[in-house]
Amino acid sequence: MTNWSLTEPSNTQKYVAGTLVAIYALVTLLPILWILSTGFKTPTDSIAYPPKLIFEPTLEGYVNLFTTQTRQTEEYLANNPPNNWYEQIVHDKGMVIAGPSRFGERFLNSVIIGFGSTFLSVFLGTLAAYAFSRYKVPLKDDLLFFILSTRMMPPIAVAIPIFLMFRTLGLSDTHAGMILLYTAVNLSLAVWLLKGFIDEIPIEYEEAALIDGYTRFQAFIKVVLPQATTGIASTAIFCLIFAWNEYAFAVLLTSGTAQTAPPFIPTIIGVGGQDWPAVAAGATLFLVPVMVFTILLRRHLLRGITFGAVRK
Amino acid sequence: MAEVELRNISKSFGRIDAVKDVSLTISDGDFIVLLGPTGAGKTTTLRLVSGLEHPDRGTVFIDGNDVSKTTPAMRNVAMVFQQYSLYPHMTVYENLAFPLRSPLLKTPESKIKEKISEIAEVLQISHKLNNRTTELSGGEMQRVSIGRALVRNPSIYLMDEPLSSLDAKLRADLRVELKHIQADLGATLLYVTHDQIEAMTMASKIGVLEEGRLVQVGPPREIYEDPVSLYVSGRLGLPRINTIPASIFPGAPIGATTLGLRSEHIELGTGLPANVIRLEHLGDQTQLHLEIEGHKIITLTDVHSQLQPDDIIHIQPKDPLYFDPSGNRVR
Ligand SMILES: Nc1ncnc2c1ncn2[C@@H]1O[C@H](COP(=O)(O)OP(=O)(O)OP(=O)(O)O)[C@@H](O)[C@H]1O
Ligand SMILES: [Mg+2]
Repeated sequence: MTNWSLTEPSNTQKYVAGTLVAIYALVTLLPILWILSTGFKTPTDSIAYPPKLIFEPTLEGYVNLFTTQTRQTEEYLANNPPNNWYEQIVHDKGMVIAGPSRFGERFLNSVIIGFGSTFLSVFLGTLAAYAFSRYKVPLKDDLLFFILSTRMMPPIAVAIPIFLMFRTLGLSDTHAGMILLYTAVNLSLAVWLLKGFIDEIPIEYEEAALIDGYTRFQAFIKVVLPQATTGIASTAIFCLIFAWNEYAFAVLLTSGTAQTAPPFIPTIIGVGGQDWPAVAAGATLFLVPVMVFTILLRRHLLRGITFGAVRK
Repeated sequence: MAEVELRNISKSFGRIDAVKDVSLTISDGDFIVLLGPTGAGKTTTLRLVSGLEHPDRGTVFIDGNDVSKTTPAMRNVAMVFQQYSLYPHMTVYENLAFPLRSPLLKTPESKIKEKISEIAEVLQISHKLNNRTTELSGGEMQRVSIGRALVRNPSIYLMDEPLSSLDAKLRADLRVELKHIQADLGATLLYVTHDQIEAMTMASKIGVLEEGRLVQVGPPREIYEDPVSLYVSGRLGLPRINTIPASIFPGAPIGATTLGLRSEHIELGTGLPANVIRLEHLGDQTQLHLEIEGHKIITLTDVHSQLQPDDIIHIQPKDPLYFDPSGNRVR
């Protein structure tokens, strides 16, 4: 007798699937493990060949990432003993900390621009998607196609006009400018994704809410939004990933005040020789926010993937 | 509760005329059942009363006020949808509380609790109050959906086949309950069903829709015994009314071409000979399939009938219904 069922995979199926997933995960995670471990190596270990799998971890890379340092004379170093563990690390190299590096600021810029544009994309995207889904919009199909068509060429193709526009409007190297730009790029994706999700929500729920004594807007807030959380969460993650990782525009349009982490991290390498551990440390920290955000929204995301299967 | 009036209402969707020039007054305390085959415009009529649709022509009055231009919330109507439409992200309790918490009613929570436990008791869903609505069976969903209407005290209850997915016993229970509630509250109802027993036992009046037109309105017995057309006569009665050419039996009035025979219009044992085709024993009744001059007739006979296929039995119409070529009644 076989325990055949439509919903439960057999044990063999589970093992095969599990192994495949494990292999895939290993392949994709390997570069991340590499970055992670390099962040805790000394510069010498980081370029050792063959690569060292076992090494003595150090926070030198992280200290270098967050500080600027200057070389000092033996005498000066002897007279100014280190006050704490990170001054000690720098001291051991014959240097002293001159001040904080710009990494913190750049990281904060990434957070402000990344999350700001994500919020704006999802907010505007939800409203637009709802309108496209529920109302008679004149030229609806053409508008939707137009919105999608903004995605048909790589955004960087319009880099020069945007560069000139930004310069004229005084948006170059500003948070507002970058938020606006990433929102503009993300919005088409957001509208399309969210429209798909909102289309899936039968209009009967809103009708029921209207009958139950609510206005259209209240029905939207109380009935549509809660059911669209899946779509909103997945859209937010996609938008954040794009805005967070975007490199080309960031290089082109930011240099100081609003510079994000992606163009900044590679510059670390020039600060004091080939400082791979500091670069790796920056890259590691750079991974964290998107990861945390995704984990926080994971519950919704998983439901999003099985959306059609669950409630139809 | 209130009086609701539809005056010369028409509504079309593209080229489909869903409702055509319907006028209907639902007096305070009336229980009006709409009958009609699928696509006749029953749901559309309810939606026009509720304000989910706006008529192309005509006026809706609630308590004498023209509400044609108002939103559903402003009309204070409760509706049980054909496809339930329970909020999937809420529990049963939250679904039932939803209309009471609306800006329209703003009921205090203690009152809400009281009301819900009372209604849940009636609908036999007390043990499901904390479930998600997605975890319910079809019949349970339907009861919650009825409950979401019953917790309110609206100007009119609109119910679209509210008992259709319940088993026979529960359906009978709830039929009685609904009738009780209607009598107790003096509620006004506009109710859609395909179920003859519901229509006959609950309605104070039945309205028959034919392709969007309201062809007859009257008390259940009048609709059954005195239909204005062949179409109306076919809406009620099990087995269905038989139609044969009027010329088969003598005595047809001038202009009548079709003879309509319900079981009680057929006297067995006298008259013209008919062939027995078969008998169907349904437990509480036995259906007799006959053939006369090439026309099939289904009628009822004695539960313990000993008739066999190919037997000959004589039949004779008794106070039957006559119709002209276009299906209108000839008296
Ligand atoms: N939103 C709509 N768009 C287009 N046509 C519609 C719409 N709603 C209803 N109709 C059409 O109007 C007619 C009446 O529909 P309605 O839903 O009122 O029928 P009904 O009597 O409730 O049928 P059923 O017994 O199947 O529920 C049908 O021909 C239907 O196809
Ligand atoms: Mg219907």
